[in-house]
Amino acid sequence: MKYDLQPTLPPPANSTGLIGWLKRNLFSGPLNSLATLAILYFLAISVGPMLKWALIDADWIGDSREACSSGGACWVFITHRIDQFLYGFYPETEYWRIDTTFYIFAACIAWLVIDKTPYKGYVAAFTLFVFPVIGFYLMYGGGFGLDVVETHKWGGLSLTLILAVIGIVAAMPFGVILALGRRSDMPIVRSLSVIYIEFWRGVPLITVLFMASVMLPLFVSEEVSFDKLLRALIGIIMFQSAYMAEVVRGGLQAIPKGQYEAADALGLGYWKSMGFIILPQALKLMIPGIVNTFIALFKDTSLVLIIGLFDLLAIVQAALNDPEWLGYSTEGYIFVALVFWVFCFGMSQYSQGLEKRLQTGHNTR
Amino acid sequence: MIKRSLITATILSAATSGHVLADVTLDAVKARGVLQCGVSTGLPGFSNPDDKGNWKGLDVDMCRAVAAAVLGDATKVKYIPLTAKERFTALQSGEIDLLPRNTTWTQTRDTQLGLNFAGVNYYDGQGFMVSKDLGVKSAKELDGAAVCIQAGTTTELNLADYFRLNGMSYAPVVFDTSDQTVKGFEAGRCDVLTSDQSQLYALRIKLEKPDSAMVLPEVISKEPLGPVVRQGDDQWFNIVKWTHNALLNAEELGVTSANVDEMKKSKNPNVRRLIGLEGPKGKGLGLNDDWAYQVIKQIGNYGESFDRNVGAGSPLKVNRGINALWTDGGLQYAPPMR
Repeated sequence: MKYDLQPTLPPPANSTGLIGWLKRNLFSGPLNSLATLAILYFLAISVGPMLKWALIDADWIGDSREACSSGGACWVFITHRIDQFLYGFYPETEYWRIDTTFYIFAACIAWLVIDKTPYKGYVAAFTLFVFPVIGFYLMYGGGFGLDVVETHKWGGLSLTLILAVIGIVAAMPFGVILALGRRSDMPIVRSLSVIYIEFWRGVPLITVLFMASVMLPLFVSEEVSFDKLLRALIGIIMFQSAYMAEVVRGGLQAIPKGQYEAADALGLGYWKSMGFIILPQALKLMIPGIVNTFIALFKDTSLVLIIGLFDLLAIVQAALNDPEWLGYSTEGYIFVALVFWVFCFGMSQYSQGLEKRLQTGHNTR
Repeated sequence: MIKRSLITATILSAATSGHVLADVTLDAVKARGVLQCGVSTGLPGFSNPDDKGNWKGLDVDMCRAVAAAVLGDATKVKYIPLTAKERFTALQSGEIDLLPRNTTWTQTRDTQLGLNFAGVNYYDGQGFMVSKDLGVKSAKELDGAAVCIQAGTTTELNLADYFRLNGMSYAPVVFDTSDQTVKGFEAGRCDVLTSDQSQLYALRIKLEKPDSAMVLPEVISKEPLGPVVRQGDDQWFNIVKWTHNALLNAEELGVTSANVDEMKKSKNPNVRRLIGLEGPKGKGLGLNDDWAYQVIKQIGNYGESFDRNVGAGSPLKVNRGINALWTDGGLQYAPPMR
């Protein structure tokens, strides 16, 4: 009789390592095995040809459709017209103005996003109040020796970004005010807020844009009729602020009543209690909602194509109608989808990072 | 119902209030120094942005011609891309001065919308494209064919009329967009693809092997496309009408952008009247005497424009067909300039 403890045997070979993982995750039963095999088969017949088309057989460089002779994707269509897709009809010699605007904005955002940079408050104020003025003069011109570039020449990805960023930034304060209004005790303020929110949430964005573009000019005389882009922007902001208001209201309602009472007990007035106690906590809770709204808006901007503004999607579609480049719609749409995906995925990743950092207490994956 | 008529009334009164501005388009354009021209958001050969972001096309040339006539410079045009739904409002509200946007001239549009059609710069019509393998030479042989069409367009109705009239049957295969229609045709879902002729040529290029398909000669509907102006400004209406006529007369007389300077020495009285050396010149239109010279110098004649944008000199390779001059058996005919 031996009473020595035997050394632990290694687990069976087919439950560890790659085989074990495969067995556990992909072949854990007849049904799963079958599904795995079916998916593998599907991938094999689809991914291979797709890669061959998109990468191996593709043409990348050239300046006419003659360059596309290898039978795969014709990315020449994209690379040749990339400037147009990014800048729209903006004059080529003035591209630096859009670039500069973009880099200033990117620098500001990076400063605000990256941890532990000093003077965040000043930079935020600069981004919100000084940058729009600089951006306007850079993009539109009409001052400091810059030629005016009218908005009908704006287009492409830069227009998409302008619509989305201005739309969301301007809608934010309106949204907060509307949400506070809707929760207010004052009956007139409350009912006005409710009417506004419910009206704008009740109509589709496409209708709003269409009204702004088609109906509005009929009711005002020729002299006062203003820029189409501005009309679209106002429509988007009105629409978006109603959605933002509901996101903010959701955040406000999540704050326990005790917080309101504590603020009252400290003798703080309405604005002080909102500004110091409630909103800072509520805004943290709203991050997923706000980013969600922003992503939705970013994609919705492509609706402006129905009023003849050339955002990224519209300019690619217009390019598809160039007789010299007919027939490359697949490449065009893949390009647009990729660009939209990169931006939306980036935003969603940032929002998740922000939630973790601010420890909103409900980050259970 | 009441609500609807109220809205219509409001729109109409708003539209007619725009007429207070009538008779001032020429002055407004001159004061502004730029012609505001409504074009499509992209239609191959008619108006589309090229690689460099410049607008090109037959309709765009109409904008450029009017700018050359009025302002002496074909580049002084602000192109306003419009969707089909916006186009008339943009014109009625004064957002644009001229609308050459592949718009079909119909009675309703001409009489009820406060608009005027200043001519026809392209006689379009619905046609058929078949695969060459099919061996069909005429639309009359299409009995029992499967036809690819785009949903919700008048094309669908014209098609039904045509087949009923000729006592033939067909099976419609309906698609949502033109790209899908082409793919359907290519995949062999149908024997025939139908659309407006001008578009058939563009759709043909989208095929993997464009040479394998051909456009049949039959045209089953009338779609005269032309530049549109606001009703009530006769001076402006005349300018657009005669700019178009000048383009046609120039072709008829053999005056091109290349030889217009030499033609100044021509003895032909018609040529001399065309380029403003004698005859009515620009007086009646309120333009400079060399207006037509500027148009021809900067744009070329109608034939040049056609060739460059949709005809043999372009990838579309549309036949002149009924858009040939009347002297060549086509429909393009301009009154004399005298």
